[in-house]
Amino acid sequence: MNASLRKRLVAIATWIATFLLMMIICLPGLWVVLTGFRPNREVLSKPAIWIPEQFNLNNFAKIFGFGAEQVAIPVPAYFTNSLVIALTSTAIALIIGMSGGYAFARFRFPFKNSIFLGLMLSRTVPGIALSLPVFMIWSRLGLIDTKMGMIIVYTALNIPFTIWLIDGFFRQVPKEMSEAAQVDGCTRWQAFWRVEFPLAKSGIASAGIFAFLTSWNEYALASQLTRSTDSKTLPVGLMDFTAQFTIDWAGMSAMAVIIIIPALILTFLVQKHLIAGLTFGGVKG
Amino acid sequence: MSEIRLNNVVKRYGRVEVVHGINLEIAHNEFVVLVGPSGCGKSTTLRMIAGLEDISDGEIHIGDALVNDLPPRKRNISMVFQNYALYPHMSVRENLGFGLKIAKQPDAVVAERVDEAASILGLSELMDRTPAELSGGQRQRVAMGRAIVRHPEAFLFDEPLSNLDAKLRVQMRTEIKKLHSKVKTTVVYVTHDQVEAMTLADRIVVMKDGHIEQVGTPMEVFNHPLNTFVASFIGSPPMNLIPARIEDGKVVFGDKTGVPLPNRLSEFVSDGQEVIFGIRPDDMTPEGHGISDSGQSATLELTVDLAELLGTETLLYTHLGGQEALGKMFDPRHVQENETLKFRLSLDKAHLFDAGTGKSVRPD
Ligand SMILES: Nc1ncnc2c1ncn2[C@@H]1O[C@H](COP(=O)(O)OP(=O)(O)OP(=O)(O)O)[C@@H](O)[C@H]1O
Ligand SMILES: [Mg+2]
Repeated sequence: MNASLRKRLVAIATWIATFLLMMIICLPGLWVVLTGFRPNREVLSKPAIWIPEQFNLNNFAKIFGFGAEQVAIPVPAYFTNSLVIALTSTAIALIIGMSGGYAFARFRFPFKNSIFLGLMLSRTVPGIALSLPVFMIWSRLGLIDTKMGMIIVYTALNIPFTIWLIDGFFRQVPKEMSEAAQVDGCTRWQAFWRVEFPLAKSGIASAGIFAFLTSWNEYALASQLTRSTDSKTLPVGLMDFTAQFTIDWAGMSAMAVIIIIPALILTFLVQKHLIAGLTFGGVKG
Repeated sequence: MSEIRLNNVVKRYGRVEVVHGINLEIAHNEFVVLVGPSGCGKSTTLRMIAGLEDISDGEIHIGDALVNDLPPRKRNISMVFQNYALYPHMSVRENLGFGLKIAKQPDAVVAERVDEAASILGLSELMDRTPAELSGGQRQRVAMGRAIVRHPEAFLFDEPLSNLDAKLRVQMRTEIKKLHSKVKTTVVYVTHDQVEAMTLADRIVVMKDGHIEQVGTPMEVFNHPLNTFVASFIGSPPMNLIPARIEDGKVVFGDKTGVPLPNRLSEFVSDGQEVIFGIRPDDMTPEGHGISDSGQSATLELTVDLAELLGTETLLYTHLGGQEALGKMFDPRHVQENETLKFRLSLDKAHLFDAGTGKSVRPD
C-alpha cells in the first residue's frame, strides 16, 4: 500500500515536472500564437496585458487583404513561393538522398569513404558563409530572385543530410531482405520498392520532414537571394512588418502562425512513421 | 529434372581467390550438405548457385540450363537464409505468398499453395502475425514455407538452424528431414555442424579453404575419410590422430609403443613410411566395454587422466603413443583418476594416413 502510494506520488511529480518543463519550452511559441490573435495596441501596451481582452482573426484578415485595415504585404504570394520552393527542393533532395543513401549503404565503389566524409564536411560550413559566393554566381546566372535559384540552394543544403540519414536507415535493412526478394522472383528494382523501401520508409519520411522544415524556415540565404514577390519566402516576408520606426508585432505574429501551421500539419501527417520507427522482426542475430 | 552441376567453379574477390575450381554434381532430388569450418567458402558456393554472387570462372548448370549469367529470379530456386530474412512489414501469409504474387499467379492459386505450405509446416494458426510476433522456430518454419510455396527446382539452405537453441535445432533438423521426404526436391544445405551433415545428407561435401576435400555418403565419409582433415572433422568427438612409423609390420608411435599393422591396410604401406594412425574414440574402449569384440584388435594398457560421464557412455582422456587421445567406455562403470585400464583398439576400424600428404594410404 505504502509502496504503491509512493509510486503514485512519483508518477504525479514526474508529470508536473514534465508539464512545467514543456511549458517553459512552449511559452515563447504560445506567446507568438496569442499575439497573432490580438491587436498591436494591446501587444504594445504598458503595463502588459496578460489575459487577452480582444481575441480575433483581424490580423489574419488584414494580412490576407480582407477586412477594414489593409497591409501592403503580399502574403499569399510569399506563401506560394515558400510552398513551391520547399516542396520542390524537398522532393529533389529526397530522390537524390534515396539514391545516394542506398548506394552508400549497399554498394562498394572507389573513394566511398572520402566522398561520404566530404558530404558531411560540407554541412559544417554555415549557410550564411556561402551567401556571398552563391550571390555572385547566381547573379551571373540570372538566378537571383527566382524560385529556381532558391530551389537549387535548398536542395544542395539538404542533400548531405538526407543522404546521411537515409543511408543509416538502409544500413539497418539487412541485405538478405533484398536477396530473399530476388530469389523470390523480384528484379533488383522490384526488391527495392517492395521490400527495402517500405522498411526504410520511416527514415525517408524523417529526412523529408527535416528537409522541408529546413527550406521552409530558412532565412539567412533567402534574405540575400530574394527580392520580390517572384521568390520571396515567408520568413523573409516577416521583415516586411518592420517599418523604419514601427514594428507591427501583431501582424508579424499572425504571419508566424501561418508559417507554423503547414509545418505542424506535415509533422502530424508523418509522425506515425517517425514514431513507428523500425520494428524489425524479420531477421535475428 | 533438376540436377545441379558445378564445373570448375571459381570465386575471386578482387585478387583473392576464395573458391578454387569446385566440381560437383548434385542429382535430382538429392539432399547434399556442404560442410566445413568457418570461412571455407560454403556460403560463397551456395550463393553462386543462387545467383547472389557472380561466378568468377567455371560453369553452373541447373537442370539443362547454364545459369552463369541468370539473375536469381530466373534460376527457379529458393533459399532459406541464416537470419531467415522474413519481410518484417508483411504478415506470415503475405511472406509466404510474396513469391507467387510477384510471379503474378492468380489469387486462388496463391491462397491454395500458401495454405498447403502452412499446413505442411504447421503455420496455419500464425498466418496473420508479423515476423516480429513469432518465436525463432516459427520464423524458421515461415522461412521454409516461403521456400516451398513456389515449388522450385532446388532449395538452398544457408545454416538455417544456427540461430536456434540446441533443443530446437534438433527438432527442426528432423522437420527438415521430414519436409524433404514430403516435398521431394533437390536440396543444397550448408552447415558447419557435422552432426547436421551426417543426419540430413544423402551425400556430404566436406570443404576446406575453398577446396572440396571429400564427397560421399555420410557412411563413406565417416568410415573412409580420404585425409586427416575429413577424419578429424567428421565424427564427434573427433578421431584420434597419432603420428607413427611403419616398422617390421608394426605401427610404432613416437614413444616406441605400438600396435600391429591393420591387416586391411598392410598392402598400402611400406616399411619405414611415416604415417598418421587414426582411431575413433568409439574403437578405443576398455576391454568388455566396447561395441563389438570381433575382428583384429590390439590391447594396450593406458592410464586414464580424466573420465567424463555422459550417461550411457564415459569419455576417457588418456595418452596414446605420447599424444593425448580419447577413448570411450560403453556400459560404463566408475573409473578412478589415473586408473590404468586395458584398452582394446579395433584395428579393423583404424586408419592410416601418409604423414607427408595427410592422405589416406588406402585409395578408396
Ligand atoms: N565480400 C567479400 N569480399 C572479400 N572476401 C569475402 C567476401 N565474402 C566472403 N569472403 C571471404 O571468402 C571466404 C569464404 O567465405 P564464406 O562466407 O563462403 O565462408 P563460409 O564457409 O560460409 O563460412 P561460415 O561458416 O563462417 O559462414 C572467407 O575467407 C571470406 O573471408
Ligand atoms: Mg557462411
